[in-house]
Amino acid sequence: MKRLRLLLGTELPVGLILAFALLPWIWMMLSSIRPDAELTQSPIALWPHQLTLAHHIELLNRTSFAENLRDSLIVATGAVSLGLGLALPAAYAFSRFRFRGRNYLRTQFLVINMFPVVMLILPLFVLMRDFGLLDTYVALISGHATFTLPFAIWLLTSYIDGIPPELDQAAMIDGATRLQALRLVVQPLAMPGIVAVGIYLFIASWNEYLFALMLAGRNVRTVTVALQLFIGENQIQWGLLMAGGSLVALPATILFLFAQRRLVGGLTGGAVKG
Amino acid sequence: MLAPALAAAGVLVLLPVVNTLWLSLHHVILYRPKSRPFVGLENYAAVLADPVFWESLGNSLVWVVGAVSLQFVLGFTTALLLNRSFAWRGIARALVVVPWALPSVIIGLIWTWMLDFNLGVLNNIGVKLGLLSASVPWLAQSETAMASVILAVMWQGFPFFAVTLLAGLQSIPAELYEAASIDGAGTLGKFIHITLPGLAGVIATSLLLRMIWVANSLDLILVMTGGGPGTATQTLPLHAFLTAWSGGNYGHGSALAVFLTILLLGVVITYLLRSREG
Repeated sequence: MKRLRLLLGTELPVGLILAFALLPWIWMMLSSIRPDAELTQSPIALWPHQLTLAHHIELLNRTSFAENLRDSLIVATGAVSLGLGLALPAAYAFSRFRFRGRNYLRTQFLVINMFPVVMLILPLFVLMRDFGLLDTYVALISGHATFTLPFAIWLLTSYIDGIPPELDQAAMIDGATRLQALRLVVQPLAMPGIVAVGIYLFIASWNEYLFALMLAGRNVRTVTVALQLFIGENQIQWGLLMAGGSLVALPATILFLFAQRRLVGGLTGGAVKG
Repeated sequence: MLAPALAAAGVLVLLPVVNTLWLSLHHVILYRPKSRPFVGLENYAAVLADPVFWESLGNSLVWVVGAVSLQFVLGFTTALLLNRSFAWRGIARALVVVPWALPSVIIGLIWTWMLDFNLGVLNNIGVKLGLLSASVPWLAQSETAMASVILAVMWQGFPFFAVTLLAGLQSIPAELYEAASIDGAGTLGKFIHITLPGLAGVIATSLLLRMIWVANSLDLILVMTGGGPGTATQTLPLHAFLTAWSGGNYGHGSALAVFLTILLLGVVITYLLRSREG
């Protein structure tokens, strides 16, 4: 009786919610490996009769999608490096120094996220155009790194708070400078947090669309922009689109599942404390 | 050590915000960069006189209220269920976040594909189960387009509430529930007197953060309907984006963006006042 209650009251609803969460994802993956003959038949059959990698092969060989993947990889990697390079010293300062306006500044960094992207994107376009940076890696990398900065600083600060300040003081008594203490003592200890934030920055940049569309799009075209342009074409080729979707979604999904416990702790930490 | 981060935020966030305020007071057409006469509040007056603005505002309201409340209800239910103990809880907790990891463009793509008139799997299932008498062009008719994009954004966002509220649930001490049981409280009584008060802070903060995010986001709608059919799914940020970008009218678009910011600022101030108390 107790077993039945658990099954009907808990396991069945959880199963339904999981089905809702996963089935669209699975449907995309499945559609990407079905031949065109099945994808263009209305009404569409639920069970595939034949599986093929033809869409993936065509996408990579006959379109520019391989280059788009490369561009996305370069931009996301750049955004991770720049984002961590900016956020780590800032987080260290927030954690170790008590200066005037510290709390005020911490809040200000959160406010960044609350400005509508449309409000930022129009002048940024003009700014980047005036500096001749439009359609370059630099434009996208700096845009992505800045937009993710608040959360990166927030999460890293809480990690560094967990490392006793006595450790950097001991290093400085032994003759290390502040920066050496950060690099040689704090950084290795904060590595799990740094990896989690790095993964967050990577996914955020990899998934981003509006900056990538406005600040680049021709020479530097990321996968999200490329896919959106495919949709805009007259004859929608669902097989190719789904193959592209599967290639973009897979790295994001795997990385997110890998880092989720640490990320969720950081994402929710503020909300739970708040 | 803060300087690099501050400089980046200053150049790439503060400067653009000031710039938008400045542009909104000028008549700026993208393709005529030389001539941008100062027009004072003319753009704002034009916005208020523009029926599409009011329509977009109404659409935004439906979009934010619909999306956030559905995400919240499903996410809260998920959190409560995942807080109980059963054998495969760990796997369920991990997998439920999958929609949240995907780019909006892909999510738009998946749902456009599933809702397609001819080839959409949802139409097929609906007809087979007898729920629909015939295929429905979900995204192409104005009566169903908004509901369809809200369904997609609910899918994208409910895991956020699920994990946030689950973390909140786990921080409520188990002793409270035990004490309540001894005092004879039932399941509903415990929910009302322990769970809800214990979660109040988390609920308020996550609702506010989510509202801001949903109110600002335009990429999902842009991919699925482009604001159409007509203006049926055109929200305020999308209207600002289309006016400035496709229409090339930066002054008008900037004024729209400023209106949106002022509306959100009300939400942000509530959030800041709240977090200051906490």
